[in-house]
Amino acid sequence: MPVAASAIYFLNLRGDVLINRLYRDDVGGNMVDAFRTHIMQTKELGTCPVRQIGGCSFFYMRISNVYIVIVVSSNANVACAFKFVVEAVSLFKSYFGGTFDEDAIRNNFVLIYELLDEILDFGYPQNLSPEILKLYITQEGVRSPFSSKPVDRPVPNATLQVTGAVGWRREGLVYKKNEVFLDIVESVNLLMSSKGSVLRCDVTGKILMKCFLSGMPDLKLGLNDKIGLEKESQIKSRPTKSGKTIELDDVTFHQCVNLTRFNSEKTVSFVPPDGEFELMKYRITEGVNLPFRVLPTIKELGRTRMEVNVKVKSVFGAKMFALGVVVKIPVPKQTAKVNFQVTSGRAKYNPSIDCLVWKIRKFPGQTEPTLSAEVELISTITEKKSWTRPPIQMEFQVPMFTASGLRVRFLKVWEKSGYNTVEWVRYITKAGSYEVRC
Amino acid sequence: MSGHDSKYFSTTKKGEIPELKEELNSQYKDKRKDAVKKVIAAMTVGKDVSSLFTDVVNCMQTENLELKKLVYLYLINYAKSQPDLAILAVNTFVKDSQDPNPLIRALAVRTMGCIRVDKITEYLCDPLQRCLKDDDPYVRKTAAICVAKLYDINAELVEDRGFLEALKDLISDNNPMVVANAVAALAEIQENSTRPIFEITSHTLSKLLTALNECTEWGQVFILDALSKYKAADAREAENIVERVTPRLQHANCAVVLSAVKMILLQMELITSTDVVRNLCKKMAPPLVTLLSAEPEIQYVALRNINLIVQKRPTILAHEIKVFFCKYNDPIYVKMEKLEIMIKLASDRNIDQVLLEFKEYATEVDVDFVRKAVRAIGRCAIKLERAAERCISVLLELIKIKVNYVVQEAIIVIKDIFRRYPNTYESIIATLCESLDTLDEPEAKASMIWIIGEYAERIDNADELLESFLETFPEEPPLVQLQLLTATVKLFLKKPTEGPQQMIQVVLNNATVETDNPDLRDRAYIYWRLLSTDPESAKDVVLAEKPVISDDSNQLDSSLLDELLANIATLSSVYHKPPDAFVTRVKTIQRTEEEDFPDGSEGGYSESPSHAAGASPPPTASSAPYASARQPPAAPAVPAAPAPVPDLLDLGMENNNNAIVPVDQPATPAGPPLPVLLPASTGQGLQICAQLVRRDGQIFYNMLFENNSQIPLDGFMIQFNKNTFGLAAAGPLQVPLLQPRTSASTLLPMVLFQNISPGPPNTLMQVAVKNNQQPVWYFSDNISLLVFFTEEGRMERSAFLETWKSLPDSNEVSIDLPGIVINSVDATLERLAAYNMFFIAKRKHANQEVLYLSAQIPRGIPFLIELTAVIWIPGLKCAIKTPSPEMAPLFFEAIERLLRS
Repeated sequence: MPVAASAIYFLNLRGDVLINRLYRDDVGGNMVDAFRTHIMQTKELGTCPVRQIGGCSFFYMRISNVYIVIVVSSNANVACAFKFVVEAVSLFKSYFGGTFDEDAIRNNFVLIYELLDEILDFGYPQNLSPEILKLYITQEGVRSPFSSKPVDRPVPNATLQVTGAVGWRREGLVYKKNEVFLDIVESVNLLMSSKGSVLRCDVTGKILMKCFLSGMPDLKLGLNDKIGLEKESQIKSRPTKSGKTIELDDVTFHQCVNLTRFNSEKTVSFVPPDGEFELMKYRITEGVNLPFRVLPTIKELGRTRMEVNVKVKSVFGAKMFALGVVVKIPVPKQTAKVNFQVTSGRAKYNPSIDCLVWKIRKFPGQTEPTLSAEVELISTITEKKSWTRPPIQMEFQVPMFTASGLRVRFLKVWEKSGYNTVEWVRYITKAGSYEVRC
Repeated sequence: MSGHDSKYFSTTKKGEIPELKEELNSQYKDKRKDAVKKVIAAMTVGKDVSSLFTDVVNCMQTENLELKKLVYLYLINYAKSQPDLAILAVNTFVKDSQDPNPLIRALAVRTMGCIRVDKITEYLCDPLQRCLKDDDPYVRKTAAICVAKLYDINAELVEDRGFLEALKDLISDNNPMVVANAVAALAEIQENSTRPIFEITSHTLSKLLTALNECTEWGQVFILDALSKYKAADAREAENIVERVTPRLQHANCAVVLSAVKMILLQMELITSTDVVRNLCKKMAPPLVTLLSAEPEIQYVALRNINLIVQKRPTILAHEIKVFFCKYNDPIYVKMEKLEIMIKLASDRNIDQVLLEFKEYATEVDVDFVRKAVRAIGRCAIKLERAAERCISVLLELIKIKVNYVVQEAIIVIKDIFRRYPNTYESIIATLCESLDTLDEPEAKASMIWIIGEYAERIDNADELLESFLETFPEEPPLVQLQLLTATVKLFLKKPTEGPQQMIQVVLNNATVETDNPDLRDRAYIYWRLLSTDPESAKDVVLAEKPVISDDSNQLDSSLLDELLANIATLSSVYHKPPDAFVTRVKTIQRTEEEDFPDGSEGGYSESPSHAAGASPPPTASSAPYASARQPPAAPAVPAAPAPVPDLLDLGMENNNNAIVPVDQPATPAGPPLPVLLPASTGQGLQICAQLVRRDGQIFYNMLFENNSQIPLDGFMIQFNKNTFGLAAAGPLQVPLLQPRTSASTLLPMVLFQNISPGPPNTLMQVAVKNNQQPVWYFSDNISLLVFFTEEGRMERSAFLETWKSLPDSNEVSIDLPGIVINSVDATLERLAAYNMFFIAKRKHANQEVLYLSAQIPRGIPFLIELTAVIWIPGLKCAIKTPSPEMAPLFFEAIERLLRS
């Protein structure tokens, strides 16, 4: 059964109910007590997000300082339930201006009840598109940052738009200047052994889009991916311009993209929602350009001293630079004192996370700064357990660089009024979980 | 921050309710709206604001949609507790359902469906009928779901009013969202009905597959889930379906992807072309991998499902093992699941990489994870013969780190490796023996002792090593004691020298005279007899060659696997249990909540489970070697069948009602079969029949357990909810381990006046039964008053008359039982006497027979009974006089049932 929920609770960290909504009476009102006593107040919290207590099952997620708990007694669709929670939270965020926490819930509880009534009927998720819901669920204080004119009255044909085939875009939008912003954001995930061999490496990328377009435009996006290009050259029966092509392992699309068409023609065509949304996600494991190499040497010199040497090499173009680079080098808990030497940036010892934190604000390409540190340890008598050596972690952002090599080749916009559009494209690569074992 | 609603949560000094009442009746709109918000705020934090019902409902007639929605929300919460007042709202609902604004029409129908009050339901039908045919798709899609709501409250009404047909018409609606909701509603109705209501034909199939393209993401899930029940006619149709479903794999919504995977996997069963199957496998891999970049909770659901998928089709992810490598910051539940999948995907090709990972995990912080990683290395060794040596060298490296729990876990898995590859790796025993002193966990100790015993001839100082354990023999847990016993016997048989001989005497003495563990004692006696009668055959038995083990732990049975795969994305696939293993009937749950009953399921059981099944747990794959001594060499581990030893329990039953009756004997040959209280269909194969009986002045609960499930069940416990008579179990429930397709019956002694439920007397007795394998089962039974009639109920004629006179006439209650025929006075009296209703006198009045009887229930409450009937003519008048006339209905119920049967 694709039921997502029989009841939904929003609890704060103490277990107080902030919001509760029962959709079906196969679970009782006191079920939240069971959650509190059997999960929240025990060590079970955090060991498994799906639990059965008595005849009911509980799915829960923590979002900032709030637990969202779903209770069911049937064989519900768990994937659907969790995805619903994720989507609902982003809907709430879009209504309350970006934050979702205990205060935001208390301050908007009437609105949340109204939304919960609308987006889940008898446990079945309904339309959760913020853009459409804002047409007719308009509480005071709601600002609509995307639309050009303030919405104060429910639009007369709202109901048709909620249920329409383009359930994510409303009609009659007008912009003076028609603009599209594309952000290609990539996270590089890396797991490297201490010897420098890559154990796992992949890029998860997403294309974020901000559309300020009038009417009902049809868009088509072209990327330099291999399959798409091959298909295109087949159709046009002439070879496309040479250049670097990449192989996408997998892509997923926002619901606005016509999947059947993508499957047959390999083109990404869609009618976009208004404002900001995530058009697609992709994943690449082959041919990843790693922006940084980390070469650590950590020596334990007896029981009270350690020598840490870390060299970080930037392997992107010399004209580019990375921003906000942070290297976290774990040290044992009993670290007493650390003496540093760095050739760039600043380093300090942060005892709360047991790490040496080395920050470099601006990191040019083709350079290799080093950190060398001498760590003094408190010798403890009970020290028997060996130090587990967690991996070195890195954070960074490299603008105008894609680890995958993905490029946007074109973005075409058709609208029956035939207006001109301006397209802006940005690229950025961030660190996902960038770990080097040492 | 947009809203400022938190102010509604603040309380005022004055009494809150009166103040709210005043504000709700204010003449100002804004004030009323604020007041309703305060009421909702109070409701949310759990205050009872039901007393404001009328005042809130009065605010319902408003143009303001926001206020209307708040009032509706209040109604949904409190209508059930105020059904009579809820009727006040009906008019507004009906009016709203005809409002020109479609939002209001839909809101009215949606809300009415949520109010589960019978009287309201009647009024819902007409608006619902209209809304199902509404011009506006928004109203239709809401009405479609409302039919499912109504079916849940009153299925008959839905069928009578033709809503099912209307719902089926909506499948052809031109609006995709209406179609999706109609499909969801029909699928749910079908699930709760035994009649075929929603059968997918190839025509609806193609219509729905077309609708997929236009639906919302959730609608796609509804449709895919419903279509997954469809059985394609042949390979061609299956290929066709799959072709239209595969584009869904690219959807950003994980639920759509998983439902599409489910559908494809099911259709793949029919597809014969290997090319097509290979191609599909290739297409499914990337989306499954992508699920692992979602939120950790979704990853968890995905991983549990992937675990099933790789068991069925290992090729899909055979090359993707790297994506299951754990990240340092993954939540523990994700790491554990990834590890499980890594073991499943491990192959000769990737084992080196996998081992490096496991080794890395074995040095992490979380103890459970580390243990699982060490165990994983062992499981890979057992699974992959060619990699076994490498696995062992990794284990040895880990032992050298000398982290206590790593060493212990490693020893446990090495024992299994020895079982799998006998006479191959014994050279490492010396290294293992170095860690002997650090072992403090029973399982690790037992494993080490098993190794020493098994290879006693190759370990020079085996006797010394074993001797070091013997000093603490009496304090060791049973697991270790049993192992020590067997190991010492092995040692003695292999090296029959003086040292071992002394040791064996110490051990046998300890294990027979000084222990109260029956398993240990039995095993020791068997060894003793074997050794004293024929040492050569002792060798044959104890040192026999053992069957080679394989790693089939965590491998599901293929029919269960198929069932779980048909439930991908649902709870069933996460729990790895079929749906009926955890979904209990809706009604059962409702009742238990109201009565606060399930509380007992965790802490309320006072009975110890160990009484039921004896002290010996059934041997599992890993503990199998321990039992080597008492098994014939090639036989798999079979737990001992419950021994027919009724005399031991000495319950003083003369009529073959042993507390534990072996399976093959008919239980209670006399008397009709026991009523079925928990049918096997509800109890996941466990059927419970039970009835209260009275035997020799004592009340028993005569129970019959039948295990129709696939798994052995043990550790049965029982708990009774409060009831009128305070009936409760006098001792623990004695049910032996129940193998599949066997049954056992038991007489559970009962006591009275334990937990007496308040209120007027009734015959309801709610029972909870649990075991170690299944969820708690709740069922209810009817208490028959007959079982309470004591043997002391006989009265002298004079005493009878005196009592009759002493009781006021108001204590006399009578009833006509028209359906009952008395054919013979004597037979009737005999029957009544069997239930301790004693004959006093009889007289004839015209053609009527009048019988007088006496009976007595505990605490000495007498029942004076007068029965009036004409022989052979239907109709019996029954009058009773008793100090407790409130018991009369119970009495009539019982006597009617007795005389009718």
